[in-house]
Amino acid sequence: MALEDICNLRNSCLHQNWLPASPATSFLMTDCYNLGLKGPKKSQRNNEVPLQFFIPPLLNSTSFLNRSPSSYFQGNPPVTVRRPFPLSHGTTTLGFVFQGGVIAAADTRASAGGLVACPEVEKINPIHSHLVVTSSGSGADCMLWERILTREIRLYQLRHKRCLSISGTAKLLSFMLHPFKGTDVCVALTLCGWDKELIYVCSDGARLQGNIFSVGSGSPYAYGVLDRELSWSLSNEEAISLAREAVFRATHRDAYSGNNVDLFHITAQGWHQRKRENLKEEYYRDMKKRGLF
Amino acid sequence: MFSVQTFGDTGKMKDYHYTGPVEHRFSPYAFNGGTVLAVAGEDFAIVASDTRLSEGYSIHSRDSPKCYKLTDTTVIGCSGFHGDCLTLTKIIDARLKMYKHSNNKTMTSGAIAAMLSTILYGRRFFPYYVYNIIGGLDEEGKGAVYSFDPVGSYQRDTYKAGGSASAMLQPLLDNQIGFKNMEGVQHVPLTQDKAVQLVKDVFISAAERDVYTGDALRVCIITKEGIDEQTVALRKD
Repeated sequence: MALEDICNLRNSCLHQNWLPASPATSFLMTDCYNLGLKGPKKSQRNNEVPLQFFIPPLLNSTSFLNRSPSSYFQGNPPVTVRRPFPLSHGTTTLGFVFQGGVIAAADTRASAGGLVACPEVEKINPIHSHLVVTSSGSGADCMLWERILTREIRLYQLRHKRCLSISGTAKLLSFMLHPFKGTDVCVALTLCGWDKELIYVCSDGARLQGNIFSVGSGSPYAYGVLDRELSWSLSNEEAISLAREAVFRATHRDAYSGNNVDLFHITAQGWHQRKRENLKEEYYRDMKKRGLF
Repeated sequence: MFSVQTFGDTGKMKDYHYTGPVEHRFSPYAFNGGTVLAVAGEDFAIVASDTRLSEGYSIHSRDSPKCYKLTDTTVIGCSGFHGDCLTLTKIIDARLKMYKHSNNKTMTSGAIAAMLSTILYGRRFFPYYVYNIIGGLDEEGKGAVYSFDPVGSYQRDTYKAGGSASAMLQPLLDNQIGFKNMEGVQHVPLTQDKAVQLVKDVFISAAERDVYTGDALRVCIITKEGIDEQTVALRKD
Protein backbone atom coordinates (compact mmCIF):
# COMPACT_ATOMS: atom_id res chain seq x y z
CA MET A 1 0.00 0.00 0.00
CA ALA A 2 1.33 3.46 -0.84
CA LEU A 3 0.55 4.90 2.59
CA GLU A 4 2.29 1.98 4.29
CA ASP A 5 5.37 2.58 2.20
CA ILE A 6 5.62 6.29 2.92
CA CYS A 7 5.18 5.77 6.64
CA ASN A 8 7.78 2.98 6.55
CA LEU A 9 5.35 0.69 8.33
CA ARG A 10 6.47 -2.40 6.44
CA ASN A 11 9.93 -2.27 7.97
CA SER A 12 8.90 -2.12 11.58
CA CYS A 13 8.74 -5.22 13.76
CA LEU A 14 5.24 -4.08 14.78
CA HIS A 15 3.94 -4.83 11.31
CA GLN A 16 3.97 -8.58 11.60
CA ASN A 17 2.57 -8.56 15.11
CA TRP A 18 -0.86 -7.59 13.91
CA LEU A 19 -0.89 -8.20 10.17
CA PRO A 20 -0.53 -11.79 9.02
CA ALA A 21 2.52 -12.43 6.87
CA SER A 22 3.95 -15.52 5.24
CA PRO A 23 6.48 -17.46 7.34
CA ALA A 24 9.32 -16.64 4.93
CA THR A 25 8.97 -12.86 5.11
CA SER A 26 8.24 -12.77 8.84
CA PHE A 27 11.54 -14.52 9.60
CA LEU A 28 13.51 -12.00 7.56
CA MET A 29 11.75 -9.08 9.17
CA THR A 30 12.74 -9.88 12.75
CA ASP A 31 16.46 -9.29 12.57
CA CYS A 32 16.59 -8.47 16.24
CA TYR A 33 20.05 -10.02 16.52
CA ASN A 34 21.48 -7.61 13.97
CA LEU A 35 22.82 -10.40 11.76
CA GLY A 36 22.29 -8.48 8.53
CA LEU A 37 19.69 -10.93 7.23
CA LYS A 38 17.88 -8.30 5.20
CA GLY A 39 20.91 -7.60 3.08
CA PRO A 40 23.12 -4.49 3.08
CA LYS A 41 21.56 -1.48 4.73
CA LYS A 42 20.53 0.97 2.04
CA SER A 43 19.68 4.60 2.56
CA GLN A 44 17.70 5.32 -0.58
CA ARG A 45 15.53 8.06 0.76
CA ASN A 46 17.08 10.72 2.94
CA ASN A 47 14.80 10.05 5.85
CA GLU A 48 15.35 6.30 5.92
CA VAL A 49 17.57 5.68 8.88
CA PRO A 50 20.33 3.21 7.96
CA LEU A 51 20.22 1.24 11.18
CA GLN A 52 17.83 -1.47 12.31
CA PHE A 53 16.30 -1.03 15.73
CA PHE A 54 14.70 -3.78 17.76
CA ILE A 55 11.46 -2.48 19.20
CA PRO A 56 10.18 -4.50 22.18
CA PRO A 57 6.64 -5.78 21.55
CA LEU A 58 3.94 -4.26 23.74
CA LEU A 59 2.90 -6.54 26.59
CA ASN A 60 -0.70 -5.39 26.78
CA SER A 61 -2.31 -5.58 23.34
CA THR A 62 -5.78 -4.23 24.30
CA SER A 63 -4.46 -0.80 25.26
CA PHE A 64 -2.45 -0.78 22.02
CA LEU A 65 -5.55 -1.21 19.86
CA ASN A 66 -7.44 1.51 21.68
CA ARG A 67 -4.86 4.20 20.94
CA SER A 68 -5.28 6.73 18.15
CA PRO A 69 -4.50 5.59 14.59
CA SER A 70 -1.67 8.10 14.14
CA SER A 71 0.46 6.23 16.63
CA TYR A 72 0.21 2.98 14.61
CA PHE A 73 2.27 4.45 11.84
CA GLN A 74 5.02 5.77 14.04
CA GLY A 75 6.56 2.33 14.36
CA ASN A 76 7.80 3.34 17.79
CA PRO A 77 5.53 2.64 20.76
CA PRO A 78 6.64 4.15 24.07
CA VAL A 79 9.28 2.09 25.81
CA THR A 80 7.80 -0.47 28.20
CA VAL A 81 11.12 -1.73 29.56
CA ARG A 82 12.67 0.15 32.43
CA ARG A 83 16.44 0.41 32.28
CA PRO A 84 18.30 -0.71 35.40
CA PHE A 85 21.34 1.51 34.72
CA PRO A 86 21.92 5.23 34.18
CA LEU A 87 23.17 6.58 30.85
CA SER A 88 25.80 9.26 30.42
CA HIS A 89 24.50 12.82 30.40
CA GLY A 90 25.60 16.24 31.55
CA THR A 91 27.94 18.52 29.70
CA THR A 92 28.90 22.04 28.69
CA THR A 93 29.34 22.76 25.00
CA LEU A 94 29.30 26.07 23.23
CA GLY A 95 29.79 27.59 19.82
CA PHE A 96 29.83 31.11 18.49
CA VAL A 97 30.49 33.01 15.29
CA PHE A 98 32.87 35.95 14.94
CA GLN A 99 34.85 37.69 12.23
CA GLY A 100 37.57 35.02 12.18
CA GLY A 101 35.24 32.07 11.71
CA VAL A 102 33.49 29.81 14.21
CA ILE A 103 34.72 28.61 17.60
CA ALA A 104 33.43 25.36 19.13
CA ALA A 105 34.39 24.43 22.68
CA ALA A 106 33.32 21.69 25.09
CA ASP A 107 34.31 20.00 28.33
CA THR A 108 35.27 16.30 28.38
CA ARG A 109 33.39 14.68 31.23
CA ALA A 110 30.79 11.92 30.72
CA SER A 111 28.78 11.28 33.87
CA ALA A 112 26.39 8.36 34.42
CA GLY A 113 24.27 9.00 37.48
CA GLY A 114 26.76 10.21 40.08
CA LEU A 115 29.78 8.46 38.63
CA VAL A 116 32.23 9.95 36.14
CA ALA A 117 31.99 7.26 33.48
CA CYS A 118 34.80 8.75 31.45
CA PRO A 119 36.91 11.85 32.12
CA GLU A 120 38.29 12.13 28.59
CA VAL A 121 35.46 11.94 26.10
CA GLU A 122 35.64 13.81 22.80
CA LYS A 123 32.46 15.81 22.55
CA ILE A 124 33.49 17.72 19.45
CA ASN A 125 33.85 15.51 16.40
CA PRO A 126 34.59 16.49 12.82
CA ILE A 127 32.11 15.36 10.19
CA HIS A 128 34.26 16.43 7.29
CA SER A 129 37.08 18.88 6.76
CA HIS A 130 34.89 21.96 7.12
CA LEU A 131 32.18 20.84 9.49
CA VAL A 132 32.40 20.02 13.14
CA VAL A 133 29.62 18.90 15.48
CA THR A 134 29.47 19.36 19.25
CA SER A 135 27.35 16.81 21.06
CA SER A 136 25.44 16.82 24.29
CA GLY A 137 22.72 14.66 25.77
CA SER A 138 23.10 10.92 26.02
CA GLY A 139 26.63 9.80 25.10
CA ALA A 140 25.71 6.69 23.16
CA ASP A 141 22.97 8.43 21.19
CA CYS A 142 25.28 11.27 20.17
CA MET A 143 28.12 8.96 19.19
CA LEU A 144 25.96 6.71 17.02
CA TRP A 145 24.00 9.55 15.39
CA GLU A 146 27.24 11.32 14.52
CA ARG A 147 28.46 8.10 12.88
CA ILE A 148 25.22 7.84 10.94
CA LEU A 149 25.41 11.51 9.91
CA THR A 150 29.05 11.19 8.79
CA ARG A 151 28.10 8.16 6.71
CA GLU A 152 25.18 9.96 5.05
CA ILE A 153 27.23 13.08 4.30
CA ARG A 154 29.97 10.98 2.75
CA LEU A 155 27.46 9.08 0.62
CA TYR A 156 25.93 12.38 -0.51
CA GLN A 157 29.37 13.66 -1.43
CA LEU A 158 30.10 10.55 -3.48
CA ARG A 159 26.73 10.55 -5.22
CA HIS A 160 26.43 14.26 -6.01
CA LYS A 161 30.12 15.26 -6.28
CA ARG A 162 29.72 18.19 -3.93
CA CYS A 163 29.52 18.82 -0.21
CA LEU A 164 26.10 19.21 1.34
CA SER A 165 25.54 22.67 2.84
CA ILE A 166 25.31 23.05 6.62
CA SER A 167 21.61 23.85 6.53
CA GLY A 168 21.14 20.80 4.35
CA THR A 169 23.08 18.67 6.82
CA ALA A 170 21.00 20.02 9.69
CA LYS A 171 17.78 19.28 7.82
CA LEU A 172 18.96 15.76 7.02
CA LEU A 173 19.83 15.09 10.64
CA SER A 174 16.57 16.56 11.88
CA PHE A 175 14.52 14.39 9.51
CA MET A 176 16.49 11.28 10.45
CA LEU A 177 15.80 11.92 14.13
CA HIS A 178 12.11 12.61 13.61
CA PRO A 179 10.91 8.97 13.81
CA PHE A 180 12.39 8.83 17.32
CA LYS A 181 10.55 11.84 18.66
CA GLY A 182 8.79 10.86 21.87
CA THR A 183 11.21 8.04 22.71
CA ASP A 184 14.03 8.67 25.13
CA VAL A 185 16.67 9.30 22.48
CA CYS A 186 18.35 12.43 23.77
CA VAL A 187 20.56 14.18 21.25
CA ALA A 188 21.38 17.89 21.08
CA LEU A 189 23.99 18.67 18.44
CA THR A 190 25.41 21.98 17.31
CA LEU A 191 26.71 21.92 13.76
CA CYS A 192 29.54 24.42 13.27
CA GLY A 193 30.50 25.04 9.69
CA TRP A 194 32.93 26.95 7.59
CA ASP A 195 30.41 29.39 6.19
CA LYS A 196 30.07 31.13 9.57
CA GLU A 197 26.96 29.14 10.22
CA LEU A 198 25.91 27.60 13.50
CA ILE A 199 22.85 25.35 13.63
CA TYR A 200 21.44 23.61 16.69
CA VAL A 201 19.61 20.31 16.09
CA CYS A 202 17.83 18.49 18.85
CA SER A 203 16.00 15.17 19.09
CA ASP A 204 12.81 17.00 20.13
CA GLY A 205 12.72 18.33 16.59
CA ALA A 206 14.24 21.80 17.01
CA ARG A 207 16.46 23.07 14.22
CA LEU A 208 17.68 26.61 14.91
CA GLN A 209 20.25 28.81 13.27
CA GLY A 210 22.01 31.38 15.41
CA ASN A 211 25.23 33.18 16.22
CA ILE A 212 25.81 31.79 19.67
CA PHE A 213 24.71 28.51 21.22
CA SER A 214 25.56 26.79 24.46
CA VAL A 215 24.07 23.41 25.30
CA GLY A 216 24.07 21.23 28.35
CA SER A 217 23.78 21.34 32.10
CA GLY A 218 26.58 23.93 32.33
CA SER A 219 25.19 26.16 29.61
CA PRO A 220 23.70 28.87 31.87
CA TYR A 221 27.13 29.54 33.33
CA ALA A 222 28.75 29.58 29.89
CA TYR A 223 26.10 31.96 28.52
CA GLY A 224 26.82 34.38 31.36
CA VAL A 225 30.50 34.59 30.47
CA LEU A 226 29.92 34.68 26.71
CA ASP A 227 27.17 37.32 26.70
CA ARG A 228 29.42 39.70 28.57
CA GLU A 229 32.32 39.84 26.16
CA LEU A 230 31.22 38.41 22.84
CA SER A 231 31.39 40.75 19.86
CA TRP A 232 31.87 40.30 16.13
CA SER A 233 35.23 42.02 16.02
CA LEU A 234 37.15 39.79 18.43
CA SER A 235 40.59 38.67 17.32
CA ASN A 236 41.35 34.96 17.06
CA GLU A 237 43.25 34.83 20.36
CA GLU A 238 40.57 36.78 22.21
CA ALA A 239 37.83 34.51 20.89
CA ILE A 240 39.74 31.38 21.88
CA SER A 241 40.46 32.66 25.35
CA LEU A 242 36.81 33.72 25.77
CA ALA A 243 35.56 30.25 24.82
CA ARG A 244 38.10 28.65 27.16
CA GLU A 245 37.08 30.94 30.00
CA ALA A 246 33.37 30.21 29.48
CA VAL A 247 33.93 26.45 29.64
CA PHE A 248 36.22 26.81 32.64
CA ARG A 249 33.65 28.81 34.63
CA ALA A 250 30.91 26.37 33.68
CA THR A 251 32.97 23.36 34.76
CA HIS A 252 33.76 25.08 38.03
CA ARG A 253 30.11 25.56 38.95
CA ASP A 254 28.42 22.60 37.27
CA ALA A 255 29.05 19.21 38.85
CA TYR A 256 28.39 17.28 35.65
CA SER A 257 30.99 19.15 33.58
CA GLY A 258 34.70 19.09 34.12
CA ASN A 259 38.11 17.65 33.46
CA ASN A 260 39.46 19.19 30.20
CA VAL A 261 38.45 21.70 27.57
CA ASP A 262 38.49 20.94 23.84
CA LEU A 263 38.58 23.79 21.38
CA PHE A 264 38.05 23.80 17.61
CA HIS A 265 38.42 26.81 15.33
CA ILE A 266 36.70 26.52 11.96
CA THR A 267 37.65 28.82 9.09
CA ALA A 268 37.31 28.72 5.35
CA GLN A 269 40.49 26.62 5.26
CA GLY A 270 38.99 23.93 7.47
CA TRP A 271 38.92 23.09 11.17
CA HIS A 272 41.90 23.40 13.45
CA GLN A 273 41.98 21.68 16.85
CA ARG A 274 43.70 23.28 19.78
CA LYS A 275 45.56 21.01 22.21
CA ARG A 276 43.32 19.64 24.95
CA GLU A 277 43.87 21.51 28.19
CA ASN A 278 43.42 20.21 31.72
CA LEU A 279 41.38 22.57 33.86
CA LYS A 280 42.63 21.30 37.20
CA GLU A 281 45.72 23.54 37.14
CA GLU A 282 43.75 26.43 35.64
CA TYR A 283 41.73 26.90 38.83
CA TYR A 284 44.83 27.33 41.00
CA ARG A 285 46.45 29.66 38.44
CA ASP A 286 43.30 31.76 38.37
CA MET A 287 43.08 31.95 42.17
CA LYS A 288 46.73 32.96 42.42
CA LYS A 289 46.28 35.63 39.76
CA ARG A 290 43.39 37.13 41.66
CA GLY A 291 45.32 37.03 44.91
CA LEU A 292 42.82 34.74 46.60
CA PHE A 293 45.21 31.85 47.15
CA MET B 1 18.65 -11.50 71.51
CA PHE B 2 16.65 -9.06 69.46
CA SER B 3 18.76 -7.08 67.02
CA VAL B 4 18.92 -3.29 67.14
CA GLN B 5 16.74 -3.03 64.05
CA THR B 6 13.61 -4.34 65.68
CA PHE B 7 13.64 -1.53 68.21
CA GLY B 8 12.79 1.93 66.90
CA ASP B 9 14.10 5.24 68.14
CA THR B 10 11.77 5.42 71.11
CA GLY B 11 12.78 1.98 72.36
CA LYS B 12 9.45 0.36 71.54
CA MET B 13 9.40 -2.49 69.05
CA LYS B 14 8.78 -1.33 65.49
CA ASP B 15 5.68 -2.55 63.70
CA TYR B 16 6.11 -4.56 60.56
CA HIS B 17 5.99 -1.91 57.82
CA TYR B 18 2.91 -2.13 55.64
CA THR B 19 2.99 0.59 53.03
CA GLY B 20 -0.10 -0.51 51.14
CA PRO B 21 -0.54 -2.85 48.19
CA VAL B 22 2.45 -2.75 45.86
CA GLU B 23 2.34 -3.90 42.27
CA HIS B 24 5.38 -5.93 41.27
CA ARG B 25 6.13 -5.58 37.60
CA PHE B 26 8.01 -8.28 35.80
CA SER B 27 11.51 -7.03 35.08
CA PRO B 28 13.27 -8.74 32.22
CA TYR B 29 16.65 -7.91 33.77
CA ALA B 30 18.56 -9.43 36.69
CA PHE B 31 21.86 -8.34 38.10
CA ASN B 32 24.40 -11.16 38.31
CA GLY B 33 27.36 -9.19 39.63
CA GLY B 34 30.98 -9.57 38.68
CA THR B 35 33.82 -7.25 37.84
CA VAL B 36 35.90 -7.00 34.69
CA LEU B 37 39.15 -5.14 34.14
CA ALA B 38 41.38 -4.52 31.16
CA VAL B 39 44.83 -2.92 30.86
CA ALA B 40 46.74 -2.13 27.67
CA GLY B 41 50.51 -2.09 27.57
CA GLU B 42 53.10 -1.40 24.93
CA ASP B 43 52.89 -4.83 23.29
CA PHE B 44 50.41 -6.70 25.47
CA ALA B 45 46.90 -6.44 26.84
CA ILE B 46 45.40 -7.99 29.95
CA VAL B 47 41.72 -8.79 30.49
CA ALA B 48 40.78 -10.07 33.93
CA SER B 49 37.50 -10.96 35.61
CA ASP B 50 36.32 -12.59 38.78
CA THR B 51 34.39 -15.85 38.49
CA ARG B 52 31.49 -15.38 40.89
CA LEU B 53 27.94 -15.52 39.52
CA SER B 54 25.46 -14.19 42.06
CA GLU B 55 21.85 -13.06 42.20
CA GLY B 56 20.47 -11.19 45.20
CA TYR B 57 21.81 -12.93 48.30
CA SER B 58 22.69 -16.22 46.55
CA ILE B 59 25.72 -17.39 44.65
CA HIS B 60 24.80 -19.43 41.58
CA SER B 61 28.33 -20.43 40.68
CA ARG B 62 31.89 -19.91 41.84
CA ASP B 63 33.38 -20.81 38.47
CA SER B 64 31.76 -18.60 35.88
CA PRO B 65 34.48 -16.46 34.30
CA LYS B 66 33.44 -13.38 32.42
CA CYS B 67 36.24 -13.24 29.84
CA TYR B 68 35.42 -14.70 26.44
CA LYS B 69 38.01 -15.29 23.74
CA LEU B 70 36.91 -13.82 20.41
CA THR B 71 39.97 -14.11 18.16
CA ASP B 72 43.67 -14.88 18.72
CA THR B 73 44.28 -11.25 19.56
CA THR B 74 41.05 -10.16 21.23
CA VAL B 75 39.29 -11.03 24.46
CA ILE B 76 36.03 -9.49 25.66
CA GLY B 77 34.93 -9.17 29.29
CA CYS B 78 31.17 -8.90 29.88
CA SER B 79 29.54 -8.30 33.27
CA GLY B 80 26.01 -7.42 34.27
CA PHE B 81 23.09 -9.64 33.39
CA HIS B 82 24.45 -13.10 32.58
CA GLY B 83 21.66 -13.98 30.12
CA ASP B 84 22.46 -10.95 27.99
CA CYS B 85 26.21 -11.66 28.28
CA LEU B 86 25.74 -15.14 26.83
CA THR B 87 23.51 -14.00 23.98
CA LEU B 88 25.74 -11.07 23.15
CA THR B 89 28.86 -13.24 22.93
CA LYS B 90 26.97 -15.70 20.72
CA ILE B 91 25.97 -12.89 18.37
CA ILE B 92 29.53 -11.53 18.28
CA ASP B 93 30.88 -15.01 17.47
CA ALA B 94 28.34 -15.39 14.67
CA ARG B 95 29.22 -12.00 13.21
CA LEU B 96 32.93 -12.80 13.44
CA LYS B 97 32.40 -16.02 11.49
CA MET B 98 30.32 -14.19 8.87
CA TYR B 99 33.05 -11.57 8.49
CA LYS B 100 35.73 -14.27 8.18
CA HIS B 101 33.78 -16.08 5.49
CA SER B 102 32.95 -13.03 3.44
CA ASN B 103 36.23 -11.08 3.81
CA ASN B 104 38.75 -13.92 4.25
CA LYS B 105 40.43 -12.26 7.20
CA THR B 106 39.93 -12.05 10.96
CA MET B 107 38.35 -8.96 12.41
CA THR B 108 40.76 -6.54 14.09
CA SER B 109 40.11 -5.30 17.64
CA GLY B 110 39.06 -1.86 16.42
CA ALA B 111 36.62 -3.35 13.95
CA ILE B 112 35.11 -5.62 16.61
CA ALA B 113 34.67 -2.59 18.85
CA ALA B 114 32.89 -0.59 16.16
CA MET B 115 30.67 -3.56 15.32
CA LEU B 116 29.78 -4.14 18.97
CA SER B 117 28.80 -0.49 19.28
CA THR B 118 26.31 -0.88 16.43
CA ILE B 119 24.96 -4.16 17.82
CA LEU B 120 24.37 -2.58 21.23
CA TYR B 121 22.75 0.53 19.78
CA GLY B 122 20.43 -1.60 17.65
CA ARG B 123 18.86 -2.51 20.97
CA ARG B 124 18.60 1.10 22.15
CA PHE B 125 14.98 0.60 23.20
CA PHE B 126 15.50 -2.69 25.03
CA PRO B 127 19.19 -2.66 25.89
CA TYR B 128 21.51 -5.51 26.64
CA TYR B 129 22.29 -5.03 30.32
CA VAL B 130 25.98 -5.75 29.85
CA TYR B 131 29.08 -3.70 30.62
CA ASN B 132 31.63 -4.71 28.01
CA ILE B 133 35.36 -4.18 27.86
CA ILE B 134 37.38 -5.43 24.90
CA GLY B 135 41.11 -5.99 25.29
CA GLY B 136 43.45 -6.94 22.52
CA LEU B 137 46.23 -5.97 20.15
CA ASP B 138 45.66 -3.47 17.37
CA GLU B 139 47.04 -3.77 13.83
CA GLU B 140 50.43 -2.41 14.91
CA GLY B 141 50.75 -4.92 17.74
CA LYS B 142 50.19 -2.38 20.50
CA GLY B 143 47.80 -3.08 23.37
CA ALA B 144 44.28 -1.66 23.00
CA VAL B 145 41.37 -1.48 25.41
CA TYR B 146 37.88 -0.44 24.31
CA SER B 147 35.27 0.21 26.99
CA PHE B 148 31.52 0.34 26.35
CA ASP B 149 28.40 1.47 28.08
CA PRO B 150 25.27 -0.73 27.80
CA VAL B 151 23.88 1.18 24.81
CA GLY B 152 26.97 1.27 22.64
CA SER B 153 28.96 4.39 23.44
CA TYR B 154 32.63 3.39 23.36
CA GLN B 155 36.13 4.68 23.29
CA ARG B 156 39.69 3.49 23.34
CA ASP B 157 41.42 3.64 26.73
CA THR B 158 44.63 2.50 28.37
CA TYR B 159 42.84 0.86 31.28
CA LYS B 160 39.26 0.44 32.41
CA ALA B 161 37.29 -1.37 35.08
CA GLY B 162 33.66 -2.36 34.61
CA GLY B 163 31.01 -4.16 36.60
CA SER B 164 29.95 -4.08 40.23
CA ALA B 165 33.30 -3.00 41.75
CA SER B 166 34.19 -0.61 38.93
CA ALA B 167 33.65 2.51 41.04
CA MET B 168 36.19 1.17 43.57
CA LEU B 169 38.79 -0.06 41.09
CA GLN B 170 38.80 2.77 38.56
CA PRO B 171 40.26 5.39 40.95
CA LEU B 172 42.96 2.93 42.01
CA LEU B 173 43.89 2.31 38.38
CA ASP B 174 43.83 6.07 37.68
CA ASN B 175 46.41 6.48 40.38
CA GLN B 176 48.66 3.47 39.71
CA ILE B 177 48.61 3.31 35.91
CA GLY B 178 47.57 6.84 34.95
CA PHE B 179 49.64 8.50 37.69
CA LYS B 180 46.77 10.87 38.31
CA ASN B 181 46.88 13.07 41.41
CA MET B 182 50.49 12.16 42.14
CA GLU B 183 52.98 15.01 42.30
CA GLY B 184 56.62 14.64 41.35
CA VAL B 185 56.45 11.01 40.23
CA GLN B 186 58.31 9.67 37.22
CA HIS B 187 55.94 8.17 34.67
CA VAL B 188 57.42 4.71 34.13
CA PRO B 189 55.77 2.68 31.34
CA LEU B 190 54.06 -0.47 32.59
CA THR B 191 55.85 -3.80 32.08
CA GLN B 192 53.86 -6.99 31.61
CA ASP B 193 54.86 -8.58 34.93
CA LYS B 194 54.12 -5.44 36.87
CA ALA B 195 50.75 -5.11 35.17
CA VAL B 196 49.77 -8.71 35.99
CA GLN B 197 50.79 -8.25 39.62
CA LEU B 198 48.85 -4.98 39.82
CA VAL B 199 45.72 -6.63 38.40
CA LYS B 200 45.93 -9.42 40.97
CA ASP B 201 46.39 -6.97 43.85
CA VAL B 202 43.55 -4.79 42.63
CA PHE B 203 41.12 -7.71 42.50
CA ILE B 204 42.13 -8.87 45.97
CA SER B 205 41.17 -5.39 47.20
CA ALA B 206 37.90 -5.49 45.27
CA ALA B 207 36.97 -8.85 46.79
CA GLU B 208 37.46 -7.35 50.26
CA ARG B 209 34.93 -4.59 49.81
CA ASP B 210 32.47 -5.70 47.12
CA VAL B 211 30.12 -8.56 47.94
CA TYR B 212 29.54 -9.50 44.31
CA THR B 213 33.25 -9.97 43.58
CA GLY B 214 35.30 -12.91 44.79
CA ASP B 215 35.87 -16.69 44.56
CA ALA B 216 38.56 -16.70 41.87
CA LEU B 217 40.24 -14.44 39.36
CA ARG B 218 40.77 -15.35 35.72
CA VAL B 219 43.51 -13.33 33.98
CA CYS B 220 43.97 -13.49 30.19
CA ILE B 221 47.25 -12.04 28.92
CA ILE B 222 47.24 -11.28 25.20
CA THR B 223 50.56 -10.99 23.41
CA LYS B 224 51.60 -11.67 19.85
CA GLU B 225 52.47 -15.21 20.92
CA GLY B 226 48.86 -15.87 21.88
CA ILE B 227 46.55 -15.76 24.85
CA ASP B 228 47.80 -17.05 28.22
CA GLU B 229 45.28 -17.73 30.99
CA GLN B 230 46.01 -17.77 34.72
CA THR B 231 43.66 -18.45 37.64
CA VAL B 232 44.21 -17.00 41.10
CA ALA B 233 42.13 -17.76 44.20
CA LEU B 234 40.21 -14.92 45.88
CA ARG B 235 38.10 -14.69 49.03
CA LYS B 236 35.20 -17.09 48.96
CA ASP B 237 33.02 -15.35 51.55
